Amino acid sequence: MAEITRDDVAHLAQLARIEMSADELDRMAGELAHIVDAVKSVSEVAGPDIPATSHPIALRNVFREDSVGHVLTPTEALSGAPDAADDRFKVPAILDEE
Amino acid sequence: MSDPTLSFDEAMEQFDPVLGFEVHVELNTKTKMFSSAPNAFGDHPNSNVNEVDLGLPGVLPVVNKAAVESSIKIGLALNCEIAEYCRFARKNYFYPDTPKNFQTSQYDEPIAHDGWIDIELEDGEVFRVEIERAHMEEDAGKLTHMGGATGRIQGAEYSLVDYNRAGVPLVEIVTKPIVGAGRRAPELARAYVSAIREIVKNLGVSDARMERGNVRCDANVSLMPKGATKFGIRSETKNVNSLRSVEHAVRHEIQRHAAVLASGGKVTQETRHWHEDTRTTTAGRPKSDADDYRYFPEPDLVPIVATREWVESLRAQLPEPPAERRKRLKAAWGYSDPEFRDVVNAGVMDAIEETIAAGATPAAARKWWMGEIVGRAKVADVDPGELGVTSEAIVELNGLVEGGKLNNKMAGQVLDGVIAGEGTPTQVMEARGLVLVSDDGALLEAIDSALAAQPDVAEKIRGGKVQAVGAIVGGVMKATRGQADAGRVRELILEKLGVNA
Amino acid sequence: MNELIASTAAELAEKLAAKEVSSEEVTRAHLERIAEVDGGERGVHAFLHVNTEEALGVAREVDSLRAAGGDDAAELHPLAGVPIAIKDLIVTVGQPTTAGSRMLEGWMSPYDATVIKKIRAAKLPILGKTNLDEFAMGSSTEHSAFGPTRNPWDLDRIPGGSGGGSAAAVAAFEAPLALGTDTGGSIRQPGAVTGTVGVKPTYGAVSRYGAIAMASSLDQIGPVSRSVLDAALLQELIGGHDPFDSTSLTDSFDTLAEAARNGSVQGLRIGVVKELGGEGFQPGVEARFREALELLRGAGAEVVEVSCPNFQYALGAYYLIMPSEVSSNLAKFDGVRYGLRVLPKDGPLTIERVMGATRAAGFGDEAKRRIILGTYALSAGYYDAYYGSAQKVRTLIQRDFDAAFAQADVLISPTAPTTAFRLGEKLDDPLAMYLNDVATIPANLAGVPGLSLPGGLADEDGLPVGIQLLAPAREDARLYRVGAALESLLEAQWGGPLLSKAPVLGAAKTGEVN
Ligand SMILES: [Mg+2]
Ligand SMILES: [Zn+2]
Repeated sequence: MAEITRDDVAHLAQLARIEMSADELDRMAGELAHIVDAVKSVSEVAGPDIPATSHPIALRNVFREDSVGHVLTPTEALSGAPDAADDRFKVPAILDEE
Repeated sequence: MSDPTLSFDEAMEQFDPVLGFEVHVELNTKTKMFSSAPNAFGDHPNSNVNEVDLGLPGVLPVVNKAAVESSIKIGLALNCEIAEYCRFARKNYFYPDTPKNFQTSQYDEPIAHDGWIDIELEDGEVFRVEIERAHMEEDAGKLTHMGGATGRIQGAEYSLVDYNRAGVPLVEIVTKPIVGAGRRAPELARAYVSAIREIVKNLGVSDARMERGNVRCDANVSLMPKGATKFGIRSETKNVNSLRSVEHAVRHEIQRHAAVLASGGKVTQETRHWHEDTRTTTAGRPKSDADDYRYFPEPDLVPIVATREWVESLRAQLPEPPAERRKRLKAAWGYSDPEFRDVVNAGVMDAIEETIAAGATPAAARKWWMGEIVGRAKVADVDPGELGVTSEAIVELNGLVEGGKLNNKMAGQVLDGVIAGEGTPTQVMEARGLVLVSDDGALLEAIDSALAAQPDVAEKIRGGKVQAVGAIVGGVMKATRGQADAGRVRELILEKLGVNA
Repeated sequence: MNELIASTAAELAEKLAAKEVSSEEVTRAHLERIAEVDGGERGVHAFLHVNTEEALGVAREVDSLRAAGGDDAAELHPLAGVPIAIKDLIVTVGQPTTAGSRMLEGWMSPYDATVIKKIRAAKLPILGKTNLDEFAMGSSTEHSAFGPTRNPWDLDRIPGGSGGGSAAAVAAFEAPLALGTDTGGSIRQPGAVTGTVGVKPTYGAVSRYGAIAMASSLDQIGPVSRSVLDAALLQELIGGHDPFDSTSLTDSFDTLAEAARNGSVQGLRIGVVKELGGEGFQPGVEARFREALELLRGAGAEVVEVSCPNFQYALGAYYLIMPSEVSSNLAKFDGVRYGLRVLPKDGPLTIERVMGATRAAGFGDEAKRRIILGTYALSAGYYDAYYGSAQKVRTLIQRDFDAAFAQADVLISPTAPTTAFRLGEKLDDPLAMYLNDVATIPANLAGVPGLSLPGGLADEDGLPVGIQLLAPAREDARLYRVGAALESLLEAQWGGPLLSKAPVLGAAKTGEVN
C-alpha cells in the first residue's frame, strides 16, 4: 500500500487551494493510496531509453502572426466577475507577499 | 526595524560576494505572447484583454511568432546557443494576477542557453558575465492594493486586478553565478543590468523602459569567506527596477549578509523586497515546499524547432552590437575619449542620440545633458532619464538660447521649470517672465550708467585693454537683473567706446 | 412516436432539402419530445438547458431561406435545419455553460467554441446543453452537480459518461445529433451503453477551442448520433483546421460521409486486440462481439488477432496523465474572474482562503479526487516516477498501435467491458468506475480515432453492447467505411436499428424542462 498520510494530503490540498476538513483529508488519503497502488506499475514499465510522449500527434512550430485580433471591452471582460470596482476585478486582501 | 549591516569596507575585508541575476525583459510585440490582444502600456484597465488573457473556460494559447523571433535575437545577442528543440511548460501556482493560476513559461528546455556578455565598467575594465539561459514566458496582470495606509500589500483591505499586462511576452535572462567581482560587485550589478537594457533596446525587441517595468531585475547575493570556493546561502531581492537601485540593493545585501555572518549567524534563503525610500530590503517569503511549481510540458502548445536556416536569417538581421555602436557614435559626434566616456558613464548616450535626432548638434546635446541635466539628476538622486526632460524640450530650449531669447543663466531656470512640470520651455519662459533684454535702446541706457559709474575702467578699455570690458558687462547684467544678452552687451560697449574686439 | 424524431439526421436533411418538412416542424418535434421525456422525477434528464427560442429562430431562418430559393438556398449546408444538442462542456454564447459543475452555475460565455461557430454558420438549430459528469470526469454522468441522467433503455441505469446527456438525448430521440467530448472514452462508452454511435476523431481533427479543458493532450470533441453516416456528416461539419488551437491538424477530413456511404470490409484485415477482452468483460458483451466478428468474416474481412502488450498499463498511465493535466486546467476556477465565489465561514478574509473555500464548495468529490491525485503526480519527487513514466508508457502504447496497424487495417474490441450498470452501483468505488474506460483509453493516449456502434443486446440483461473500431491516426475515414459496413450487416440481422427495440418512453409527462 502506498504511504500517503493525512499530512501529505493536507499539503496537496494547500497546493491545489482546496479547503478540506479533517474527515475529508483522511478519506482522501485512503482513496489516494488505493488509486496510486493501482497505477504505480506504470513506473516499472519503461526504461530510460524510452522517450516520453507529451503530445499524441507530433506537430511543431505552430505560430500566430503578430497582428491584433479581437479584444473584449472592459464591461465584457468583467461580465462574469464575482466582484469588481473601477473596471477591475476586486479580490479580498492578499495575505501572501507580493 | 532595519537589519544590522557592516560597512561595505568591513564586509569586503572578510567576504567575497557571489552574484546572480534574473532579468525579465518585456518584448514590444504588437500582441501578447499567446493571444492576439494588444500589448500596450498605460491603457484603461482590462481594455487590452480577450478571453485567452482572462483564462476563460475553454480557451487555448497560440504562440506569437514575432515573440519567438525576438527571443532568439536576444539569445544570439547574448552569445547563447539557440535550442534546436524547445517547449513551453506550465508553472503552477495560485495568485490572483495570474489568470490561469499557472504561468506558461519554459522549464528544462529554454530557447537559448549557455551564453556570455562582456560588461565594461566605468574605468574601462571588462568583466565577462556568463549567461545560463534565456527563456520565454508571459507576464502577469497588475494588482493595486487598496485601503491600506501605504498602498502596499500589507494592511490592504482589498486589491484590484487589471489583466492588461497579463500575457505580455517576457524573456527571462538568468546568469550563472558571478564570482570574483569583489568590491566592484555593486558597480558590476548596475553595469550588467544596464548592458542587458542596452542590448534589448538596441535589438529593437523591447522598449527597455525600466520606469515602466519593461526591464525588471531580481538580484541574488551570497557571500563566502575570503578565499573560499563554496557558495554561501543566497537571498533573492525581487523587482529592483532602476539601475541605481540595482547597485544599492546589491551593496545593501552584501552589507546585511556580512553582518549576519560576522556575528556567527546564518543567512536565511528567502526572497527580499527592495525599498527605494530607505534603500534597504525586508524579508519576503522563505523558500519552502510552497515553491513546488509542478512544472510539466504545456500540452496545449507544440514544440518549437528552430532550424539553422531560421536562426541564421535572424542572426543576419541583428543590428550592430552596442560596443560597436559606441565606437561609431563617438566618431560621428566628434567627442574626445574622456568626453565620450563621461557621456557613457553618466548613462546619457541614448539620450544624446535622441536629442541629436531631434535636431540638436552633437555639441549642444552634450552641453545640455552633461552640463545641465546630469548635475540636476545627481542632486535629485535619480537617473538623468528620470527627470522627465524630453529631447524635444532640449532642442526647443537650445533654440531659445541660440535665438537670443534666453541667456544661459535664464535657460537654467527654464530647465528647472521644465523639470518641475511647468510646461514646455517656451511656456516656462513666458510663465516665469524670463525675457532676455536685447532691446538695444534699453541696454544702451544701462551701458551709459555702467560706464559713468566706472570711468577708469572705460578708460582702460579705450586704451586697448579689451578684457576689462567684463566689469562693465557685469554692471549692466546686475542692472538688468540678469535678463540681458551678455554677448550683445559686450558688443554694444565696445562699439560705443570705438574699440575693435 | 412522431416519425420526424425517429429519423436519422441524413434522412431529415433529405426531407428538408425536398421541402417535405420544415425545420421548424422538425425542431418543434424534438422540443416537444424533450418536454415529454426529459423532465420529472423519472425523466431522462439529458438536458441542463433547453434553448427553445433560439432553436426555433434558426429553424425559421432556414425555412425562409429555403422558401426563397436561389443562391442562399442552394448554399445551405446539407445539415441546415437539422437540430443538434451540445454537451455542456462546450461554450456557447446566449446559453449558460456549466460543465456540470456548481463552479460555473449560471456562467455565460462571452465567446463561442469553434465547433459552435461552425454549427451556427451551417444553421443547425441548437436544442440545448446536455448533462455530463462534472468537468467531464466520470463514466456514468452521476458526478454531475445537477443530478444524473438516466439511460433510456432502463431509467434505473446509467447512460455512461461523461457524455451521458448527449448519448441519452440521442438514444431517447430528443435530438438526432449531439456533440460530445472524449478524453478517455466519454463519447464512445456512453454510445455503447445507450445503443448509439459515438466517434472520437483523431486528436487534432476537431478544434478544442471552446471545449472546457479536462486533460488537454487527450480531449477531443466528436459526434454522437444514431447512425454511422450521421456521425460522419457531423464530423465533417465540425472538423477542419483551426488557427485558435495549436494542436489542430491541417489535414482535410472531407471524405468521411463518402466513406460511410460506401461501407465495405471486403479484403480488409481486422485486428482483434487480444488484451481488450477476457477477464472483466461481461459474457453478453463478449458474445455479441464474437458474433460481430463472424459477420465481418462473412462479408469478406480477414479477422486476425493482434497483441498490444502495453495496453495493460494504459489505464494506469491515463490515471496519471489525465489528473495531472486536470489539476492544472482546473486551477483557473478560483472565484476571481468568473463563476462561483464562496467566502470562508470564519477567520480572516483573504483571497487565499476565498480560493480555498470556493474550490471546496464548487468542486464535487470526483473533481477533488482527480485534482489532488494530479497534484501528487506532478509534485517534486514524484514527477519522474509517475507523470514522466506515464508519458513513456504513452510512447509504448503508440508503438503497440504501430505494430498492430502493420498487421491490420483497423482494430476491433468491445467498447466497454459491461452494459449499463445501475445508478449508484459504482459511485463509491472510484477504481471500479475507472475500469469502464479500459478499452477506450488507449486511443486517447495514442491520439488515434475510435468509433463505437451498437452491437446488439446482452443476453443476461437485454441492454446494449458497444463495438469499438480503431484506425491509425488521420485515418478516420477508414472507421466510417468499416463502421457503416458492420452497421448494415447488424441491422440486416436485427431487421432495423437497435434503438427500435428500446422500451417506449413518455410515461414521464409530469415534469417541466428547465
Ligand atoms: Mg525567476
Ligand atoms: Zn520569470
